Amino acid sequence: MFPRAFEYVAPDTLDEALALLAEDPDETRALAGGHSLLPLMKLRLAAPRRLVDLRRLRGALAHVQPANGNGGGLAIGALVTYHALATDPSVHERHPVMAEVAAAIGDLQVRNRGTIGGSLAHADPAGDLPAVALALDARLQLTARGGAERTVPATDFFQGAYTTALGPGELLTRIDLPTPLAHSGAAYAKARNPASGYAVAGVAAFLALGADGRVATARVAVTGVGEVAYRATACEAALRGQEPTPERLREAVAQAAAGVQPLEDVYASGAYRAHLTSLYAERALRRALERARGAS
Amino acid sequence: MKLPIRVTVNGAPQAHEVEPRLLLVHYLRDVLGLTGAHVGCDTSQCGACTVLVDGQAVKSCTVLAVQTDGAEVTTIEGLAALGPTPPAPLPVREGGEDRHSQSPAPPFPTRERGPGGLGLHPLQQAFWDQHGLQCGYCTPGMIMAAYDLLRQHPRPSEAEIRHGLEGVLCRCTGYQHIVAAVQQAAEQLAAPAPPAS
Repeated sequence: MFPRAFEYVAPDTLDEALALLAEDPDETRALAGGHSLLPLMKLRLAAPRRLVDLRRLRGALAHVQPANGNGGGLAIGALVTYHALATDPSVHERHPVMAEVAAAIGDLQVRNRGTIGGSLAHADPAGDLPAVALALDARLQLTARGGAERTVPATDFFQGAYTTALGPGELLTRIDLPTPLAHSGAAYAKARNPASGYAVAGVAAFLALGADGRVATARVAVTGVGEVAYRATACEAALRGQEPTPERLREAVAQAAAGVQPLEDVYASGAYRAHLTSLYAERALRRALERARGAS
Repeated sequence: MKLPIRVTVNGAPQAHEVEPRLLLVHYLRDVLGLTGAHVGCDTSQCGACTVLVDGQAVKSCTVLAVQTDGAEVTTIEGLAALGPTPPAPLPVREGGEDRHSQSPAPPFPTRERGPGGLGLHPLQQAFWDQHGLQCGYCTPGMIMAAYDLLRQHPRPSEAEIRHGLEGVLCRCTGYQHIVAAVQQAAEQLAAPAPPAS
């Protein structure tokens, strides 16, 4: 009902926050929106000895900006809330799938607090944003004290259930999205858990077409199905260089769960989940294709 | 190990020392005596605890009181003061451990009977007029969430209302009259204010 006792600090600077996280990394957790962490703490599934609240870092980390030296890309601060993502004009213009997904996460109250950085760092196996980050080829900025920074592509960031490339004392501070390609489009479709809204199977698809109308780039990212969000590389390979006819899409999505042991739970058997993966992959790809054809 | 916090609640500055793990909903209910925010679940789903923090609807069961240091919190008790004709300011409560240790000050703003009769915010009046409640348990949360919804969408479609209120669960009404109440409030808030009586 309420968490075990813990210490709480709300540092004024990023470096202070990083120093606190590095002191006792096993017992210290960063607090952003808190809408994954606090519910876990209330159920006592997590019991860190200390919380480092990032609220005073919003000035530095809660902005959406054009990416440096990257004409049409976006640099999204880790503390940008779902609500801000859903309503930001440059997100709508450059990567509308990110705005759409953010607008549908949780509910209005959750969207006021939950953050993109918190969601990605938490890496819930059924969260929506990890799939979107994978499909958009996001690059994640990880920061440690003393200005140590490294960039990790989304494909290397999600490593297991609730497990990411974040090391002890590191914070995810920024999410970089690339310049949108010409003739490209992305979409997300999921089978929603009727109670929680989480993905029983969710697929984020990105397609970029060549001048000949064939698939130049395909990214198909799946969440809710495996232990971690993943790129369906066999499905992508089946699309690359091909004419994206409905038949081709249908054949390709048959491999959307290839090589993955789908989760079994009360919402879906493994076989049904695999079926849902193909179904929602096809829906996402169809919408991505419409957008790619409509995009200049 | 308690920490000092200073929070403005319904326009009144409050100062207390609280444990970090004290949830905002328990601070409001047990320390300040503002029992309008309700605890309806254990899983951050039901929304009966919804209040405004710095103008945004949040589930107060999923926010620590210490996270609101320096912030402004509005509960259902303070909603009428946000209406078109705010009443007199609320009395300032002394900082203290627990509301039981001092004589209670009225948490609900008292105001002269205006055109609505009870000095209610148009949302509250609309829930009354449209019978948008039965047991009333979800109602404070529903109204506070609707307040933020109308701030974001002043002229919401029915679909936008239903989507915007997904974060508050009602077991009694089937939501139909809740939607009607929000629609009425939206019309009233969008309409020009009547002349002062």
